[in-house]
This record gives sequence, C-alpha cells and structure tokens, in this order.
Amino acid sequence: MNFKTVAKACVVSLLVSGPTWALAQNQINMAKGVTEVGAQIYGLHMLIFWICAVIGVAVFAVMFYSIIYHRKSRGVTPAQFHDSTQVEIIWTIIPFLILIGMAVPATSTLLEVYNTDDAEIDILITGYQWKWKYEYLDEQGDNVAFFSNLATSQEEIYNTDAKGANYLLSVDEPMVIPVDTKVRFLVTANDVIHSWWVPELAVKRDAIPGFINEAWTKVPTEGVYRGQCTELCGAYHGFMPIEVHAVSREEYDAWLAAKRSEKVAQTAAAQQALGFEELMASGEAVYRAQCSACHGAQGEGGVGNAIAGSAIALGEVAKHLEVGIKGVAGTAMQAFGGQLSDVDMAAVITYQRNAFGNNTGDIVQPADVVNHKQG
Amino acid sequence: MFRLSQHPTIDTASKLVAVSIAMFAFVFVVMVPLYNVLCDALGINGKTSDEAYIAISTEVDVSRAITVQFVTSNNNEMPWGFKPSVTMMTVNPGAANDTVFLAANGTNEAMVAQAIPSISPSRAAEYFHKTECFCFNQQPLDANSSTQMPLQFIVDQALPRDIKTITLSYTLFDVTGMVADKKVAAR
Amino acid sequence: MGAHHGPAKGMSRWLLTTNHKDIGTMYLWFSFAMFILGGAFAMVIRAELFQPGMQLVEPGFFNQMTTLHGLVMVFGAIMPSFVGLANWMIPMMIGAPDMALPRMNNWSFWILPPSFLMLASTLFMEGGAPAFGWTFYAPLSTTYAPPSVTFFIFAIHILGVSSIMGSINIIATVMNMRAPGMSYMKMPLFVWTWLITAFLLVAVMPVLAGAVTMMLMDIHFGTSFFSAAGGGDPVLFQHVFWFFGHPEVYIIILPAFGVVSQIIPAFSRKPLFGYASMVYATASIALLSFIVWAHHMYTVGMPVAGELFFMYATMLIAVPTGVKVFNWITTMWRGALSFETPMLFCLGFLVLFTLGGFTGLMLSIAPADFQYHDTYFVVAHFHYVMVAGAVFSMTAAVYYWIPKWTGRMYSESMGRIHFWVSFIGFNIAFFPQHFVGLAGMPRRIPDYSLQFADFNMMSSIGAFIYGASQLLFLYNVIVTIVAGEKVGEDKIWDGAEGLEWTVPCPAPYHTFEVPPKIDAVSAHA
Repeated sequence: MNFKTVAKACVVSLLVSGPTWALAQNQINMAKGVTEVGAQIYGLHMLIFWICAVIGVAVFAVMFYSIIYHRKSRGVTPAQFHDSTQVEIIWTIIPFLILIGMAVPATSTLLEVYNTDDAEIDILITGYQWKWKYEYLDEQGDNVAFFSNLATSQEEIYNTDAKGANYLLSVDEPMVIPVDTKVRFLVTANDVIHSWWVPELAVKRDAIPGFINEAWTKVPTEGVYRGQCTELCGAYHGFMPIEVHAVSREEYDAWLAAKRSEKVAQTAAAQQALGFEELMASGEAVYRAQCSACHGAQGEGGVGNAIAGSAIALGEVAKHLEVGIKGVAGTAMQAFGGQLSDVDMAAVITYQRNAFGNNTGDIVQPADVVNHKQG
Repeated sequence: MFRLSQHPTIDTASKLVAVSIAMFAFVFVVMVPLYNVLCDALGINGKTSDEAYIAISTEVDVSRAITVQFVTSNNNEMPWGFKPSVTMMTVNPGAANDTVFLAANGTNEAMVAQAIPSISPSRAAEYFHKTECFCFNQQPLDANSSTQMPLQFIVDQALPRDIKTITLSYTLFDVTGMVADKKVAAR
Repeated sequence: MGAHHGPAKGMSRWLLTTNHKDIGTMYLWFSFAMFILGGAFAMVIRAELFQPGMQLVEPGFFNQMTTLHGLVMVFGAIMPSFVGLANWMIPMMIGAPDMALPRMNNWSFWILPPSFLMLASTLFMEGGAPAFGWTFYAPLSTTYAPPSVTFFIFAIHILGVSSIMGSINIIATVMNMRAPGMSYMKMPLFVWTWLITAFLLVAVMPVLAGAVTMMLMDIHFGTSFFSAAGGGDPVLFQHVFWFFGHPEVYIIILPAFGVVSQIIPAFSRKPLFGYASMVYATASIALLSFIVWAHHMYTVGMPVAGELFFMYATMLIAVPTGVKVFNWITTMWRGALSFETPMLFCLGFLVLFTLGGFTGLMLSIAPADFQYHDTYFVVAHFHYVMVAGAVFSMTAAVYYWIPKWTGRMYSESMGRIHFWVSFIGFNIAFFPQHFVGLAGMPRRIPDYSLQFADFNMMSSIGAFIYGASQLLFLYNVIVTIVAGEKVGEDKIWDGAEGLEWTVPCPAPYHTFEVPPKIDAVSAHA
C-alpha cells in the first residue's frame, strides 16, 4: 500500500464525484448542499483541501526522493550540514502567508453564518433525550408545537426486519419550511446538551439546556433534508434524527393551518369517549414510536422495565397514568405528559394494559388523562 | 530569584508544587469568575445581568422600532404551565416597557421555580436592561395556584443599528429540591 | 544509599524500587497492558459498527466502551508510556545517575494501577461505567450521570497527581542534574521536548483536577457550576475542560516529536537539521497551545469575535508544526539512509502525522468545522495524529532502545512485518473514516444509516488487522527479551548519538554515578 497511489485514487474520485448528491452510497466528500452558505462552506473546504494536497505532494515528493536516492545501500556518503537560518525563515514566512490567504475567505463565510437578521419565520428547536421538539413561534402566541421522533422500527434496528431506505434518518413529524424564506432557528435543550445538524443545509448548532443559540437557513430548492443529533446525549444519541421538508409557500401555509386545526381537534377529541379497538390501534402506534426503544417491541423490557406482566400495568390505572404523565425521577423514564396529546396518552396506557398478555380489559379515556393532570 | 530551599532539587520541586496548587486555585478563583464577568459584560451566551438595572437616561429613540420576542420553555419535566402574556412587543430604545408572564402550578404540592433568561442574538444581551424581573428571584407557588410575574425592561439606545429583533427566552427550572436542601443546611 | 549491590530479589524489588530503569520498565509494561485493554474496548466498538443494526451490544454499553476506550488510551496507555520512556532515557541522556526525586518516582508509578483498576471496575457497578465520552461534558456527566461517576472522578484525580509528580521529577532532573558541560542547547531533543511537556503538565493537569472537582461539587454538594438552574452554565465546563484538553494533546505529541528527532538522524547518519529551530518550534507550539482551546467548541454559540480569535490562533499552530516536519525531512536529505524497524515507524509517523496535521488545518477553519464537528472526520483526524503519530513514535522508540534496555536484539524481519501490518491495518481502519465523516456520519453512535455501511465494514476490518498486529508487537518484545540475540557493543546503531550509547548493553543498573565528560564541541544528538 503506497500512500501516493491511494492519494491519486482519492483525487481522481473527488474530481469525478465533485458535488455529490446527498445520501449517495459510499459518498467520500462533503455534500455541497442546497444553500448559498453551504456552497460557501463547501468551497472553503475544497480550497483548504487542495492547498493541503499540493503542499503534501510536494513535501512527500522530497521525502520519497530521499528514501530512494539517499540510501546507504547506494553507497552514498552522508552530508553533514545541519542548519540554515535563511531556510528556516523562508519556511516559516511562506506557510504564514498561505494561512492569511485562507483566513480571509474563512472570515467572510463565518460572518455570513452568524447573520441571523431579517428572518421571516422563527422556529424554537428543543433537544430532548431522545427526540426533537419544534415550536413555530407566532405573533399572536398561537404557537404550533410538536415532537419529532425516530420513525425507524425496533425490528429494523434489531435485525428482524429488513432495513428500509432512510434507515435511522426518518421521523414521524418532520419540520416543514417554505423555500426561499429566511428561517431563524432558536436552539435549546430540555435536559443535556444536544446538537442540531442538517448537512445539506450546512446548519449545526449546539442545544444547551437553559440557553438559546441562534442559527438560520434559506433553502432555495424543494426537497427532504436529513440530519442527526451531533452531541453525545446519552444512550439513544444515535437515534434522534432530523428531517426538514422544504416546500412551496402554499404547501407550507396549508401544512401550518392543518397543524393548528389538529391542535384544536385534539382538544376536542379529549372530550370524547373512544372505542376499545380505536384506542388499541392508536395505542400500538404510539407504543412503537415512543416506548418500544426502552421497553421492548414485545413489552419484554430492556433499558426500561418490562411492560408484560408488570405490576404497574396490571395494577391501579391512576398509578399507571402517574408514571406515564410524570415519569419516574432519577431514571430514564421521562414525563410524557407534555409530549403526548391526551388522546395518545389514553391510547398508549390502554394498549399497555391490554397487550403483551396483560389483558386487564381496562379502557382509559382522554378525559381520564385530563382529570389526572388536573389533580 | 526567590529560593524555597538550599537544595536545588527541592527548590525546583517546591516551586513546581506551588505552581500546581496555583493552577488548581486558578480554576476556581480566576476561570469561573472571569467567565461570569465576561458573559455578563459582553452578553456572551445571551446571559443577562441578574441584578436590576438602574436607568441613567430616559431619552427615547423614536426613530427605531425594535421587535422584542418572548419565548418560554420548561426544563426537564418541570410541570408548570408557563407562558408570556404577549409573545411580541415593538419598543423604542430608551423607553421603559413592561409585561407579565403567566405561571401555573397544577400539581398537588407547593413548588419553587427559577426562571433563567437567555437572549438572542447574544450580542444584544448587554443592551437589554431588566429594571425588574421575576428571574432575579426564585418563584414559590402553592399547589393548584397560578400567578402573574412581572418583567420591566429598557432596550439601550446604543443597541447596534443592525439588530432589529431581540428574542428573550426563559427556561423554567424546578428548584424545590435545591431550596429544601438549603433550608435543611441552614438549620 | 546502600543499593550498590544491584537490584533486590523478588516482588519487593518492584514494589519498593527507586531506580529509574526499573520504574521506566514498570511504566512501559503497565502502558502496554492498558494499550491492550483500550484496544479490546475498540474491538467491541468496531465489531458493533461492522454492520448497520444492533448486533452485539446495547447502545448504553456501547457508550461505555467509547468512553473507556478514550480514557484508557489517553491516560493509561499513551501518557504513561512516554513517562516510562522519560524515566529510562532522560537520566542517561544527560549523564545523571537517576531522577531527581527517586522515591516520589516510585509513588508516581504505583498509584496508577489502583487508579485504573478503579476505573475498570466501574463496568461492574450499578448503572454501568461512565458513558459520557472521554470528554465528559456536563450536564450528561453530572445531573444525568450513573453512580460510577464518583469513582471516575477519583480515578482522574489520582492519575492527575501521578502525572504532576512525574513532571515535577522530570523538570527537577533536567534543570539540576545535567552533567557538567551539558548546557541546555546541548541536550538531546528528546530531553527538550520532555522538559517542555512537563511544564505543560504541571500547568494543566491541575485544571483538569479543578474541572472534575467542580463536577464532584455539583453532583454531591449542591453547587451549580454547570447547571443553569442555579445560575451556572454547561458551557463553562467545556471551557475549563478544553483549557486542559488542548495542551493535553500537545503533551501527548511533543515527546513523540522528541523520539522522532532522535531516531531519524541516527538512521540518516546525519545530524538533526535545525536543532535550535526545533527547540523554538516546540516551545512555540507549547505556548500557543494555551490560547486555542475553543476550537473544540466552534458550534457552542460563541460570539463571532471569539470564534475568529480562536480560528486565527489555531491556524497559527500549523506554522511551527510545519517547521518541524520540514526539518525532519531535511535531516534525511542527502543523508545515508537505512530502514531498520525504528526508522520504518518514524517514516510512517512522518507521512501519517502530516496527513493528520492537514486534516487539523481543515478543522481549524471555523465555518467549515460546522460541517466537520462531532463527525467521523474528527475521529479520523485525531487517530491519525495520536495513533500514527504518538503510538508509532513510541513503537519506534521501543525497537530503537530495546537493545540498550535488555542487551538483546529484536528480529528485524519480525519488526518489519509488524510495521507493514500496522501501517496497512491502520490506514484501512482510519482513512475511510474521513469519507463517512464528510458524508455526514456523527461520532459516538452505535448504529448508522445504510449509505455508511461499506466504509464502516472496511474500517472495522482494518481495525481488527491493526489490533492483531499489536499482539505481534507483544510477541516480538517478549521473544526479544527471552531469546533475542545478545548484543556485544555499547552502540548498536552506527548513526546514533547520545550518552546512552556510551554505556553497555544492557545498561547497568546504575549508570553515570560519576558524571561523564561533555567535551566542548560534542554535538547534541
């Protein structure tokens, strides 16, 4: 294995692949992405890369020349020179000048990244262990907020089902933004430090609990852009992806309106009495999305306790609701009361009490959840 | 030079031990306070002062309108309801403004909360002066009760001209446990 | 001191020794054991990452493996190995009979095994071992940490004390015990790099101690250094940690630079080019290392002025580092090169460390780093500089000096095989990590999306090959000690310079009890 051969292979591949399309198999270079800032960053990356490549080739050429021609086995007599102030000065000054050349475009791109002025839409992004919450800030205070969970199933992760496309990169509720609109992100965290990164938008910002950070993007091209959490945040750090859908202005407006009416509908639904089958069906979906990672696809447990045959699932409904809504302090069991709608909470509690062989026959209605929350 | 010992080795070693101890102390005595001072003074990390601001000038700059946006979050399972009464205000630099935030403790226990503010963009933090803020103190609330928490602020006339929107975010933390510990310790 | 009759017999020899050669030997064997342990953790990591999906371990345990791999390699393998080398070589290189504080030297070593035993035992504690990364950011490492975090903190305190004591010893030795006539600018470069490293250690290990003490206080004594609720800030942790952490990486690499500066001239049969310049470059790197720490935190939300300052300062470190690389290559230029195993590892160092330096320069560019930070691109970078840099250099040192330590020669053909398998395995393991990092794969994840699968499989295979080659290294070392060909001369390598080559092989238990004469024109090695 000769370094030069490998280097040549890489150079050729880079020239051929150029701005690779995202999520390509075996991609070897950074995505150029779809945003203007992202293109600037990509350009900087390639500039520094080429400068390093040229310097590297030159430096290694000298070294390999020596290795080949300055060998004892060729019978050469070693020279004895051992310093030259002139040469030291030259190879201090020249690299210094090259660095200044790099610093200029780097500075202007950084200033661009930091310029969050004049955004039209503000989205509060909150990192949770282990999901994201997106809250669209509204002037009247009528914010649309929802959680965005990993949509890949436990069966795919644990190899009992085939892995789908966008394995580990798809979510149940994506962030939707309109194209050609400057969107400002306010990034924070609920518990530990997380980091929100979408490579094709070239946005990465740490989510620090108790503080907000700012970022922005303006996406010119409709599409789906995927990213991941990029700060170790606990066991499921690798399982909280990000999905951003950039759509036309009309589509965005329609989506936002639909989300608002969903909120209204959920409040209304919380008043109704739902049927057992309905509760079990949606409960199963909620269980798979929210609970199965820790409690097992068959309720067998894992990081979390088993649900099958558990004292809580078979015991008093009030205690079961308490655990689901308030969580268990000092453990990884979070308070889901703020994360699930009352309908979803009722459904998943009903499901846990009747699935996995539990068969209590208990039905928990959204109104029961509402009452429990009110104390 | 200042000798700690006649024996050169012990002299060197003693000086180095002193340096180690000094560097350990440096963390607590210099790094932590310096970080807080710099954050306070330069508004790094969007930190605002935790003391009430005393206004010097009352001149209002009517040529500029700044949008101030209010955002609230609850930290980690903090169960209170917590929202701003208005989510946005348009203000002039130099003018005194006030608003309230609504907090509701829906649990069956008395609790204590602490609101932690954070400003975006962080360079605006040093120009955002709170003359009164519920975040200066811990907020106790009895079970099943709610309250209105006041905020009074002035945006400094010297706010850089390119900033047109300031976002003030409060994160509400449950500090009931911390307060209880202190009470026990104080006895 | 009545120890002129040679070493004591039995276990008490090792437990009670104050002899720098014995202590050096213990440090080297301890670090090798830690290298194997840290390597075993790496094998678990790469085995799980061999394919997408979770096959072997749970995500929480995977995080324990990545955390312990980092901690054991940095604090248990690499640092103690260079301290062991310092112990063996510095007294001989400066013509001193032993280290300045021999009894403290014994303590410096012996507190290490219990400390690592405590760290490893956290695997068996309730809640598992620390799983928050070797960089242990708060609040994951404070409010959300498992109970074992307290033992982790004690372990860090203890090994910090060991490092500080060892460094004090090195500085006191070099400053006070050089043979008459050996001025500072006549010292071998290995001694210079260790002197500078020791100052860095004395300055920053206490800062690490401060960081973990603040953690301890937040966890157990109700303070809020790193918790926003009490008026603190998680980002303060990062500043304190990296104020230690950046000088730490230079602590790891500077002694490696020193080794390479001894070996390349020996096998080029030519003096080191630009000795003075090398000393100044090392000192500049050490000084600059104090003002660049926040390049590990570019995405944390620093104000733009701070971000720019750290970017410029970080880019600047490329200058003295480049000077060193140029000097090594110019040392080779028009020399009479031969390629025994120590030289092979040094040449591998020269190529691969330089590659790591280039990716370091790319990472220093703050806006570009928004795309690199916390991805496998960073993992590739630091493995190039730490493994192909520091570990290759240490390996070269072992092959170079083992005849001096043991009186026996290693097998050149076995050494050559070790080099090539290491070199090939290392590159197959880590070169593809540049690609997956650029393509979007984050760090510290136990499972990944399908488009990263092929390169991850390649990387795992490379890692297994590299791991196996370290077992070959162990074999080579043992066979040399037990059955290697005995050497006759004092100076094994015809191009080598330095006082250590004027004493017999193996080096007598006590050397330079009478200081040697350093003549006026004697060249530094």
